[in-house]
Amino acid sequence: MSFDVDIEARRGDFTITAAFQVAPGLTALFGPSGAGKTSILNMIAGVVTPSQGRIAVDGHVLFDSAAKVDLKPNHRRVGYIFQDARLFPHMSVEANLLYGHKLTDGAARYAAPDHVIELLGIAELLDRRPASLSGGEQQRVAIGRAILSSPRLLLMDEPLASLDDARKQEILPYIERLRDDVKIPILYVTHARAEVDRLAGAVITLEKGRVASVK
Amino acid sequence: MGALLFEMSPAEWEAVSLSLKVGLWSTLLSLPLGFCLAYVLARVHFPLKSLLSGFVYMPLVLPPVVTGLILLLLFGTRGPIGGFLQDTLGIVIAFKWEGAALAAAIMGLPLMVRAMRLSIEAVDQRLEVAARTLGAGWWWSFLTVTLPLSLPGIIAGAILSFAKSFGEFGATITFVSNIPGETRTLPIAIYSFLQAPGGEGPAIRLAVLSVAVSMVAIIGSEWMERRIVNRAKA
Repeated sequence: MSFDVDIEARRGDFTITAAFQVAPGLTALFGPSGAGKTSILNMIAGVVTPSQGRIAVDGHVLFDSAAKVDLKPNHRRVGYIFQDARLFPHMSVEANLLYGHKLTDGAARYAAPDHVIELLGIAELLDRRPASLSGGEQQRVAIGRAILSSPRLLLMDEPLASLDDARKQEILPYIERLRDDVKIPILYVTHARAEVDRLAGAVITLEKGRVASVK
Repeated sequence: MGALLFEMSPAEWEAVSLSLKVGLWSTLLSLPLGFCLAYVLARVHFPLKSLLSGFVYMPLVLPPVVTGLILLLLFGTRGPIGGFLQDTLGIVIAFKWEGAALAAAIMGLPLMVRAMRLSIEAVDQRLEVAARTLGAGWWWSFLTVTLPLSLPGIIAGAILSFAKSFGEFGATITFVSNIPGETRTLPIAIYSFLQAPGGEGPAIRLAVLSVAVSMVAIIGSEWMERRIVNRAKA
């Protein structure tokens, strides 16, 4: 499994041009704020439409301007973990976790709830409401929710940025376990060098909307 | 309160039950339309949007007698819509309780739409984006995220619309007149009692009932609106 991105998008007088390939494992999309990192994730997820280009995961075309393919976000099977956990406030932790799982076709499911709950250490939280969780717990539930929709690829948009140092240290081991457990490509946006060094197998550096280097 | 209800004459009961019927039907009638209007006003951006909200909110500031007159011109048996309904479906609503329900629905709509619009605006659209990336189509995300999160506002809007409909006077009496048992709703009955000698007693009894219904409605809708604010904080 791997995925290919080759996109161009204009935002006013700011242009994002990015072409790269992501292999299974965790790849960091690294760069200063305003470099266009989150815009690229939004285009991959189908939340924002690129001006032109092509996005494909493992041979499945998600977007292709030449062929006029533009799958809706719900048909892309791209998991997205946001900086803010975005848990559904009116549902229990368990209902949050199973939201995408229930919407995934039986044959396409590879993530089992019991396994993911154990992996992320959230078994104690299942009956709670999101508002009663700490920031770190919320983010772990959000990670579980995304994985349980059995995505072909996982996007993480600065998942630690809104947490204090203690919480970051609490979550990092879980992200490492996740990285080693799932067989899908993970694209991890960050501007923190420490997270890149600790988590990433490959690094794509973005500057002013352009890929500056791939390592 | 118990003694008050015990003393009510058949004519007073008739007015109260008619007001209940008109209020319930007008609320049910305006719920789907009100929600669609609230959703469009909260979420969709289009030219002339202020014109649409102008039409919706107009009955709030227009003299009710003018709203009633417009309804009479449109839905009267010689009006374009009323004439059409009579000719094709044999339906006449002018001077009928159904007409009272229509007048009440129009008068209650601004209150309903306002409450619903605020609650829809309070729903964090980023949650809907999250739902979509988890595999939910637009409709599923609407049903499982947007609708339940805006439910307090929908209930508040329905309560306010009911209370307004229960006591609507000006547009109703202009459009469907004052026919005992058909269009003489609670406020119109109060007015009629006051026109006759010795009618103060019944009028005051109905007025007290009216105050109670309005009070319960306001407290109920405020309570729902507080839930919206609390949820937005959480």
